[in-house]
Amino acid sequence: MTTIDTARLVAMFAAIAADISADRDRLCALDGVIGDADHGIAMELGFAAARDAVAGLDPAAADPTTIFNTAAKSFLNAVGASSGPLYATAFMRAGAAVKGKAELEDADVVALFRAMAKGIQDRGKAEAGEKTMIDAWLPAAQAMGDAAGAGTDLAGALAAAADAARAGAEATKDMIAGKGRSSRLGERALGHMDPGAASAVTVIEAMRRSLAG
Amino acid sequence: MQTKKLINDGAKAVDEMLLGVLAAHPRHVRALEGSPRSIVARHAPRPGKVGLVVGGGSGHEPTFLGFVGKGLADACAVGNVFASPPPDPIIECAKAVNGGAGVLFTYGNYAGDVMNFDMAAEMLAMDDIEVRTVLTTDDIASAPADQRHKRRGVAGNFFVFKATGAACDRMLSFDECERIARKANDHTFTMGVALAPCSLPQTRRPNFELGEDEMEMGMGIHGEPGVTRGPLKSADAVADEIIDRIFGEMVPSRGDRVAVLVNSLGSTPLMELYILNSRVAQRLADAGIQTHATWVGNYCTSLEMAGASITLHRLDGELQDMLDHPCDCAMFRAG
Repeated sequence: MTTIDTARLVAMFAAIAADISADRDRLCALDGVIGDADHGIAMELGFAAARDAVAGLDPAAADPTTIFNTAAKSFLNAVGASSGPLYATAFMRAGAAVKGKAELEDADVVALFRAMAKGIQDRGKAEAGEKTMIDAWLPAAQAMGDAAGAGTDLAGALAAAADAARAGAEATKDMIAGKGRSSRLGERALGHMDPGAASAVTVIEAMRRSLAG
Repeated sequence: MQTKKLINDGAKAVDEMLLGVLAAHPRHVRALEGSPRSIVARHAPRPGKVGLVVGGGSGHEPTFLGFVGKGLADACAVGNVFASPPPDPIIECAKAVNGGAGVLFTYGNYAGDVMNFDMAAEMLAMDDIEVRTVLTTDDIASAPADQRHKRRGVAGNFFVFKATGAACDRMLSFDECERIARKANDHTFTMGVALAPCSLPQTRRPNFELGEDEMEMGMGIHGEPGVTRGPLKSADAVADEIIDRIFGEMVPSRGDRVAVLVNSLGSTPLMELYILNSRVAQRLADAGIQTHATWVGNYCTSLEMAGASITLHRLDGELQDMLDHPCDCAMFRAG
């Protein structure tokens, strides 16, 4: 069994920030079709702030909960927008889910994904099928729990989560939006992937690579 | 190809704009120490007065920060371009304008703004500051009439803020200020048309595509797609289509009174706005509706988007009284 220490979590935020930054223009373009074209900018800003804030913590004194709470606060105050409260709540819940742990074990990572998905859902009040980031996060958390429950190792469970997120984001193309700016579009949003679900795939994939190793 | 803008650094555009605003309007506004995205009126707070906090994304100037001043909003929380401010500057605004009579949040109905302002309100409740929220939902193109609560807030913010700011300035009770804000919103109807996109300072790429001879009716102030896209029409035809839709909801009677706002989305010039207004005035006169006051110009923009919106604010004695109440803000004066 591998354990994940705070240094790995700090590196995870750096990996997410790098991947989101590389993905910025694609996310803005997706958002331009059905929203206001700023999603990539907000995500880049937020994860850059989270990366810098957690990198500035004293690794000897910071536990995983501190890492996630610091990421939440810095993300929120750098961004606002919709993604700010949604990801800030996800990270605060992640921090609560691993409270008291000095390092994370496999089961903690499963709990962390579940807590993040639940946090996003509680804050945004979206249900599955409403063409939001929830359509990537919920299946990812579910697939991860199922895989872990079936005895798959952490790398396998994370891969299942990333696959489910990709499939979930793909499925948003066939959905009519129920939340967010694109909800005013009705059927005109059909055929277009939700940008929040698309960025969730990038985040989850970066988490997979950082935590699986 | 990137669009041309007079900026230094896209990532710093909002903060550099704020420096310019503060330099130009020191008599009206100040930024809070330690919270530069909280713009507060010089006169605030006043003991016993309901504090009015507005806010939202940048790029709509003079909405929102231009309406901070005596007789209108007490403070504005400033977000990034087209993005809600986070809770912190909202909280600082509320604390700075709290006169002990409650704080009213009034802003456009967008998912991001609602989440951030609600988080701020939850945290303020822990400090015993009572916050109530009135969302503006004047964009009639953004959802059907029976789903008014889903509609966006656009240029009609102007009338809702004006009425609410007047109610607060007259030291009315928290209940009364909230009631007047809701009523002003219920009496306000806006629809817009877009002719060309804008581009965000950070990307400098058009935020949507529109054919050279096309226009889009009902497009939102962040480029959210509207209701119909088609060939460019004349000013009269556009004004007629918007007025017809507004009348369909407002159901005016002869003798009604309205205030009118013909607003540029950014790059549409006054000439075109006044051409639109000449048709609006004609239609109102034909319907036997009295025009109490008209504003024409840049009131709620979408960066350099080309296009315009028309807002009718249906008046009764009370709303007319609030509209005529004097105010003195950095970018707007009345009375």
